[in-house]
Amino acid sequence: MHDKTIAELSRSLQSGDFSSVELTTHLLDRVESLGPQLNAFVTVTGELALEQAAKADQRRAAGDAGPLNGIPIVHKDLFCTDGVLTSCASRILDNFISPYDATVVGKLKQAGTVMLGKTNMDEFAMGSSNENSCFGPVKNPWDDTRVPGGSSGGSAAAVAARLLPGATGTDTGGSIRQPAALTGITGLKPTYGRVSRYGMVAFASSLDQAGTLTRSAEDAAMMLGAMAGFDPRDSTSAEKDVPDYRATLDDSLDGLRIGVPTEFFDDGLMPANKTAVEAAIHELEKLGAKISQIHLPNLGLSVPTYYVVAPAECSSNLSRFDGVRFGHRAEKYADLTDMYKKTRGQGFGAEVKRRIMIGTYVLSTGYYDAYYLKAQKVRQLIAADYAAAFKSVDLIAGPTTPTPAFELGAKTDDPITMYLNDIYTIGANLAGLPGMSVPCGFVDGLPVGLQIVGSHFSEARLLNVAHRYQQVTDWHTRAPEMAAGGTART
Amino acid sequence: MSLSRNEMHNIAHLARLEFAEEEVAALADDLSRIIDFVEQLSQANTDDVLPMAHPLEMVQRLRADEVTETDQHRKFQQNAASVEEDLYLVPKVLE
Repeated sequence: MHDKTIAELSRSLQSGDFSSVELTTHLLDRVESLGPQLNAFVTVTGELALEQAAKADQRRAAGDAGPLNGIPIVHKDLFCTDGVLTSCASRILDNFISPYDATVVGKLKQAGTVMLGKTNMDEFAMGSSNENSCFGPVKNPWDDTRVPGGSSGGSAAAVAARLLPGATGTDTGGSIRQPAALTGITGLKPTYGRVSRYGMVAFASSLDQAGTLTRSAEDAAMMLGAMAGFDPRDSTSAEKDVPDYRATLDDSLDGLRIGVPTEFFDDGLMPANKTAVEAAIHELEKLGAKISQIHLPNLGLSVPTYYVVAPAECSSNLSRFDGVRFGHRAEKYADLTDMYKKTRGQGFGAEVKRRIMIGTYVLSTGYYDAYYLKAQKVRQLIAADYAAAFKSVDLIAGPTTPTPAFELGAKTDDPITMYLNDIYTIGANLAGLPGMSVPCGFVDGLPVGLQIVGSHFSEARLLNVAHRYQQVTDWHTRAPEMAAGGTART
Repeated sequence: MSLSRNEMHNIAHLARLEFAEEEVAALADDLSRIIDFVEQLSQANTDDVLPMAHPLEMVQRLRADEVTETDQHRKFQQNAASVEEDLYLVPKVLE
């Protein structure tokens, strides 16, 4: 049953092929036997999961079961979960038991899902390889010498290895789409404001957005439907109705205008990735889409813009970790300031400290205009490029990443090389646009992702395009060899 | 550009971060390279461009001034390093 998608599991649960308790028990066995190889989990909540599964089965027996009732999922370990460790893969929060649920967690619970645990990630979602975790790196299920991508690497690896059919993630500069691409699954980053940020530990508040990691676009539609919606507890939550994302999955793509930015096909793109992505775009053309070349002239500045804006917001957001109200506190210190410095110096990892330092620098007197204000202006130019493009096309398509998954340790020595992994994904965050990564082929046995980006609140269209593509291709159904391991009960 | 030891010390103080002496040189090198990298923003012509702080056109939402949250301070304080008589304890600030 671990090979089934959420949609398939939903039908099986409804027709009584197996119960949620049986399904949860089976997946917990897999999480316990295969999870450690991948280091995908920070916490496994087995007992809680079985309780929730039993309740889900009772609801179904009482005739009160929605489509996600009894479906096991996992949350990235930066969503607050009431009574469960919420660590952000950071030493500074390694003792933090959240006293409340994030809105996303609450909504998915309300929809009847069963939480099996919390997944490993780059510390505070800062990273593109999942190597910046205080719990150690996550391995790619396709090749355990390679990274799964980041920062939602644990969620991606767990879903790709068929440990869970779906997981939550967050995407500030590509942290859902990039790991989805590198592990061969479907990742969706919704429009900024579509999903509540309440209870999602903040990294860069004008960029952060929660989304889904699943094995199909249909599953993403099911999860997003439950997660999205206005939340008065998030001051930037969009007051917009949530459409029925499943209802339009099969819509025709006839006449859909897809723009392919020449800037996405630069020298940095590995030729084999290019071939796979071009083939996928051709497939969309066969489905009725009209393809044209477009330009996003300022896209080349998106990475430097991001590495001013995101660290600036991070340095401000992470000032809350002071050793007073929650989290780690240093044992020995001379006075209050010394306590702050030692607590934070010990509690944060190297990349988080780098970003806090950069953010502090670009916001400090004498540098604010040259860096922060300048970056905000360039951000406006980048957003304007997308807005201009969406006057002539409905959707933008291109690669998610320049290369397939790279080797563990390959890019840890040079932060800038690591940052450039996100060159194709960061633009959508700066402009607040929804984006997806969809499996579209393999290079040397490693998965490659096609990225599609739409205008604000066009998730239904993105899911429709991804779903139609998945109806005529089978890349998304390919499983890594290691997924065949574990205890077999089915 | 290259950040001096003095600048590093100043930024670390503003950020309330302590670094071991042996970490500082490598960190200064990383930060200097990142700053050089973002320096390319200066090439962009941004005359008459308004800074963008937020991706969506939004206005600040207001709510009625009513109590909506219940008092859960005991639950919240379970996560604190040091609490006494419902207060968070920190090192002495005033003599």
